[in-house]
Amino acid sequence: MEQPQPDPEKPAEKGFDQYRRKFMAGLVTAGAVTGAAATGAGAARAAWGGSTLQDVLGGFFQDNYQRMSRDEIDSALARIERKAQRKFGVAIHCEDTPPLPNTVFGYALNISKCQGYRDCVDACVKENNLGRDSQVQYIRVLEMAKGSMDLEKSDHYYDPKDVPVDGKFYLPVQCMQCDDAPCVKACPVNATWQEPDGIVVIDYDWCIGCRYCMTACPYQARHFNWTEPVIPAAEINPNTNYLGNRPRPKGVVEKCHFCTQRTRKGQQPACQEACPTGARVFGNLLDPNSEIRYILANKSVFRLKEELGTEPKFWYYTDDLPAQS
Amino acid sequence: MTLIRFFTDSLRGLLRGSRAYWIWLGVLALVFCVGLWAYSLQLRHGLVVTGMSDQVSWGFYISNFAFLVGIAAAAVLLVIPAYIFHRVDVKAVVQIGEGLAVAAVICAMMFVLADLGRPERAWHLIPFIGRMNWPTSLLAWDVVVLNGYLALNLALPMYVLYCRYCGREPSLKHYFPVVVLAMFWAVSIHTVTAFLFSANSARPFWNTALLGPRFIASAFVSGPALIIVILQVIRRVTAYPVQQSVIDMLALIMTVALQISLFFIIAELFTDFYNESAHAGSIRYLFFGLDGLTGLRTWIWSAVAMNVVAVVLLSVHSTRRAPVTLNIACALAFVGIWIEKGMGLVVPGFIPTPLGEVFEYTPTAVELLVSLGIWAFGAMVFTLLAKASIAIELGHVRAAPAKQPAGKPLPGAAA
Repeated sequence: MEQPQPDPEKPAEKGFDQYRRKFMAGLVTAGAVTGAAATGAGAARAAWGGSTLQDVLGGFFQDNYQRMSRDEIDSALARIERKAQRKFGVAIHCEDTPPLPNTVFGYALNISKCQGYRDCVDACVKENNLGRDSQVQYIRVLEMAKGSMDLEKSDHYYDPKDVPVDGKFYLPVQCMQCDDAPCVKACPVNATWQEPDGIVVIDYDWCIGCRYCMTACPYQARHFNWTEPVIPAAEINPNTNYLGNRPRPKGVVEKCHFCTQRTRKGQQPACQEACPTGARVFGNLLDPNSEIRYILANKSVFRLKEELGTEPKFWYYTDDLPAQS
Repeated sequence: MTLIRFFTDSLRGLLRGSRAYWIWLGVLALVFCVGLWAYSLQLRHGLVVTGMSDQVSWGFYISNFAFLVGIAAAAVLLVIPAYIFHRVDVKAVVQIGEGLAVAAVICAMMFVLADLGRPERAWHLIPFIGRMNWPTSLLAWDVVVLNGYLALNLALPMYVLYCRYCGREPSLKHYFPVVVLAMFWAVSIHTVTAFLFSANSARPFWNTALLGPRFIASAFVSGPALIIVILQVIRRVTAYPVQQSVIDMLALIMTVALQISLFFIIAELFTDFYNESAHAGSIRYLFFGLDGLTGLRTWIWSAVAMNVVAVVLLSVHSTRRAPVTLNIACALAFVGIWIEKGMGLVVPGFIPTPLGEVFEYTPTAVELLVSLGIWAFGAMVFTLLAKASIAIELGHVRAAPAKQPAGKPLPGAAA
């Protein structure tokens, strides 16, 4: 599995990069000084939609995550926390969770066990601070007729009194964290990339909202904030990280990131934790003793649209047909 | 010094115009302001004010973008005969074509900007200061080629006009390399725009090698259609000599291009429908509807009807040569291609979604007003560029002391 190697330690500045950095830093400082000189802090706050001029400028000139220095990341995190406080009145904690060493995450889902309860969807919405009004959901469970894999005949909005319905099976779809991800290739500004642990992440502060990645994705896994995401203060999950579940602004794209805020600390993703049937198996593909490696080795597995060559790291399997040797 | 006076004199020339000129500009400015107001709503509330959704994530804006890149590329149809084959009649109007290319590229870029969720972050696209994903992202390619094309189409006519302004003939050896570059560049902008769509294996409707050729063929219909009408207007409202031979040439190119373009559509229809696979979902939705939803059916069939009538009018010599029927054909083909390459190409790519959902799209009033505003802005840019260039070509704007009396036809056109 190919592993991109962006910098756990940020590389030394050199050449043009150094000048760009100085230029940007100068602009922010100049703006902040002017702002402070011209108005008192309170007045500046009112004039900038509740933000200080320094936060507005700092946010505007904020660099791409992959190019930020430690200090720049720290001030970005502090800005995110201040912004959440202003917007939701909630004190959140936002950190920069690094990928775990020798880890590439993968997911396997047992469609014989999935009953279509959508508990995974609910848990994901709450864990990842998804906009409640905009109804963005990272996981889409398709109700499929048994005997067919025709997605065009699937029901995305099934709503019977009880699931499972006779003659149907359920196919949850979310970001497959493709190893050769078309969305990453499509992005014109490198706002989305694959991390060393195989997770495709988005820098919500760098995304320009062109939505070319959504066009490129074969799984409809990417979602756009068509309007400002609204979350009731009581329902905010305050444990957030930069590349994961921190509150997003309007006008940017987001998607499933395998709960980086949890999985990079050894926890299960929220969808797996919530699944009442045990259909979901998440783990480290590089660990030969992991459950997911056992499934890949011993079950009949398949991947959705494998023929497109994007190398998804999300497998489906069934209990019905044990692999014959 | 002369260069500065060239610009100030040109600008001063723009202020001299008839009542109709000012009314035309005034109306365009008004429409543009309405568009700005609609855009302000979009900025405030987000793209939720458009008809787009997670399912159909590109709509009217990107449709117009794709179409306008074609209009811009078509300027090459005047550049080649003018500079490579040295056709004197075409050389006399080539500046008009280049002005049109400039206006069309600016419009195309405005449509992309209007489509962005975070337009204030557009600077992320600037190499080095921002971070451009070049050469991997086709959208990054488009930014490069469109800006380059804009620069070429500004530089080339400006040099030629500046020489005229100074009363000397432009030197071929100075501008010929730029002409050759501009020629290939014109084809590249539309090819890259087609590749932007055909690169997506997730969208079988676009994921065909025919898309690039289809884009070029249809661009050589819509572009000449517009240029033919514009040249006739210029001939009527100014003293500028536009020779009939130019219009005849463009009409012939347009005829052949439309014939090829229609043939390509037949090829697509045959391939998709003879053994209909799941990949034909989009084209079935487009032409016949899917799951009882038929939002684009009327659009595409009217486009087909318009293009078929146009191709008949153009293919018959007598109707192609008669101004009335030629203009009808131009109008029909222009609108026909606008639908086919815009709404008829961009939107069905998203229907059904990769997960098989059929979810329709209709542009909202905000989208229509913003788009209208951008078109008006483009018309304004073109009007001003054409006015400035005609004034110089006619010798009304000239470096003092004038070497030729004002009003004398330019050397090229008289020959």
